[in-house]
Amino acid sequence: MSIGGIKPKHQRLVLVVIALVALIGAGLLAAWALRNQASYFYLPAEMAAKPPEQGRAVRLGGMVETGSIKTEADGVTIHFIVGDGKARIPVSFRGIVPDLFKEGSGAVAEGRIGPDGTFVADNLLAKHDERYVPREMKDMTAQQARATVAETQ
Amino acid sequence: MHGFANPARFLRLARWLTMPCLVAGVVIAAAALWWGLLRAPADALQGDSVRILYLHVPAAWLGMWGWGAIAAASFAELVWRHPLAAIAARAAAVPGAFYTVLCLASGSLWGRPAWGAWWVWDGRLTSMLVLLFLYFAYMALADAAGRDGDGNSRLAAIFGLVGAVNIPIIHYSVIWWNSLHQPPSISMGKSAMASDFLYPLLVSVLGFTLIFAGVVLARMRAILADSQAEARLRRKAMSEDAG
Repeated sequence: MSIGGIKPKHQRLVLVVIALVALIGAGLLAAWALRNQASYFYLPAEMAAKPPEQGRAVRLGGMVETGSIKTEADGVTIHFIVGDGKARIPVSFRGIVPDLFKEGSGAVAEGRIGPDGTFVADNLLAKHDERYVPREMKDMTAQQARATVAETQ
Repeated sequence: MHGFANPARFLRLARWLTMPCLVAGVVIAAAALWWGLLRAPADALQGDSVRILYLHVPAAWLGMWGWGAIAAASFAELVWRHPLAAIAARAAAVPGAFYTVLCLASGSLWGRPAWGAWWVWDGRLTSMLVLLFLYFAYMALADAAGRDGDGNSRLAAIFGLVGAVNIPIIHYSVIWWNSLHQPPSISMGKSAMASDFLYPLLVSVLGFTLIFAGVVLARMRAILADSQAEARLRRKAMSEDAG
């Protein structure tokens, strides 16, 4: 059985390839349409442009601004600022922070926006980037930096 | 490729290759884990917990390549009707699912110290869990088709191709969507990972890949032997009926 003298093998090849292209196209379009809904958190710029309703549980993710972490007198309540270079949002959190929660590093806060515009987090997650650097190498560059400083003095 | 359409010729090669793959894989993977867990440096930010990556990354890649193998074999079955393709796809499902479980479990153990959570529903973790469920569905479908005889394995092959849509979604999930999981460290010819971490990781990937290949060959031989034994029983039953 062949149409127009094409071998059945080639006919199947063309059909399967067309089906595959259509399928992958549909999958990618669906994933693209989901790009806002499937995001795990809002960026500070998105939250500043379109603030969620007060009291609605959302996640906010960005970089913890250097020098912004302040601990209250009770020792477990902290205030810090999450930014993405375009907007800065103050966050407060009461509890134990993850080990990798540091200034200048990524963080995701789960909570809701308060009446004064502060994001009140009831859970805090640390987000690290894709770079991996050995501890020794980091120390070595610090030593090299010190050596360079000593040489120039 | 059609040189191996003859199961007897394939079996001769597979019998010869299975053990070397498994032995070399176990030796290389063990050496890579020894290197990664005991000899490689700790990460500047994460400390010793970074060592989980020598298990987590090979498991994640092979979980995805496992489905890639199913999809490629399904394609060969649908287009060329290659007699061994359905068997190869069935054989790849179990090790692929095993590596996916290994990836999810090791990732969970890593997530607790690094992120502060065992599990989050972000794009990467969710699409990887979907891959595991696809493996379960594929295994159920392919086993049912195998039990019915070989006429029905086309349905499993179509499912194998449709499920392949999830593979690019897993890869791009951390690029398209904000996620807690970090973007890929290693892409074509580039690595954001210091070579102290990269070399033991690549050796580990080689070791686990050889184990994967050995298990697929062993399972293909087992499935072929099974169907041959079944055919022999059927012939015997028929000749007894006749006689």
